[in-house]
Amino acid sequence: MSVRVQTGDFDVGAEIAAMRRGNPKIGAVASFIGLVRDLNDGDAVAVLTLEHYPGMTETALEKIVAEARQRWDLMEVLVIHRVGELKPADQIVLVVVAGAHRGEAFAACEFIMDFLKTQAPFWKKEQTPRGTRWVEARAADDEAAARWHDKKPGSA
Amino acid sequence: MKIKVLYFASLREQVGTRGEDLDISPEVVSVASLRALLVARGGAWQSALAQGKALRVAVNQEVAQPATPLTAGDEVAFFPPVTGG
Repeated sequence: MSVRVQTGDFDVGAEIAAMRRGNPKIGAVASFIGLVRDLNDGDAVAVLTLEHYPGMTETALEKIVAEARQRWDLMEVLVIHRVGELKPADQIVLVVVAGAHRGEAFAACEFIMDFLKTQAPFWKKEQTPRGTRWVEARAADDEAAARWHDKKPGSA
Repeated sequence: MKIKVLYFASLREQVGTRGEDLDISPEVVSVASLRALLVARGGAWQSALAQGKALRVAVNQEVAQPATPLTAGDEVAFFPPVTGG
């Protein structure tokens, strides 16, 4: 399964090793790890709680991965996203893309993150000294996803 | 016509429920008319779902638009813009 939504942590090294095992055609692995920061919008963050829409979230992630596979020639793709209560420095999300060369691996990894942030139904709530608040969507994330619409499939 | 309606994140907190089973009249033909029906409840429903609020809607777990039609048995979800990653 190339898409997982889970409460538990993940081991990046073990995931990449499992992906590479038995496939000497892989020449490049690009990965992205998103982490909980201890500061957001000027306030200390003690706890970050992630909510999702079971079923739709997994489907949305699978669609994003399928779109990336259409655009680039990829060998393996893995997306893991955690939900539930997280603390500063905890890992939130992992995207790993394996291909023959680095160009498609880098590009697909960034593409998947840009669309995950704007399309996949996850919501963050943060606990700060001023109380709990829902994190607002950022225009910059929409702009990051929108720039891919101008790029043709395959053009890294 | 029976449908299921779900609310997520800040919207869930504002309206005070995760979801509900609704038996709606056949005149509620689209996402927009369902939203208007919920807004008409007033109070927190009106402020949370009012026109102009940045809301996303899914029908049967697929992204939907105001004009998306509703049919019996549909699962309709309302939620704020997503903030994962």
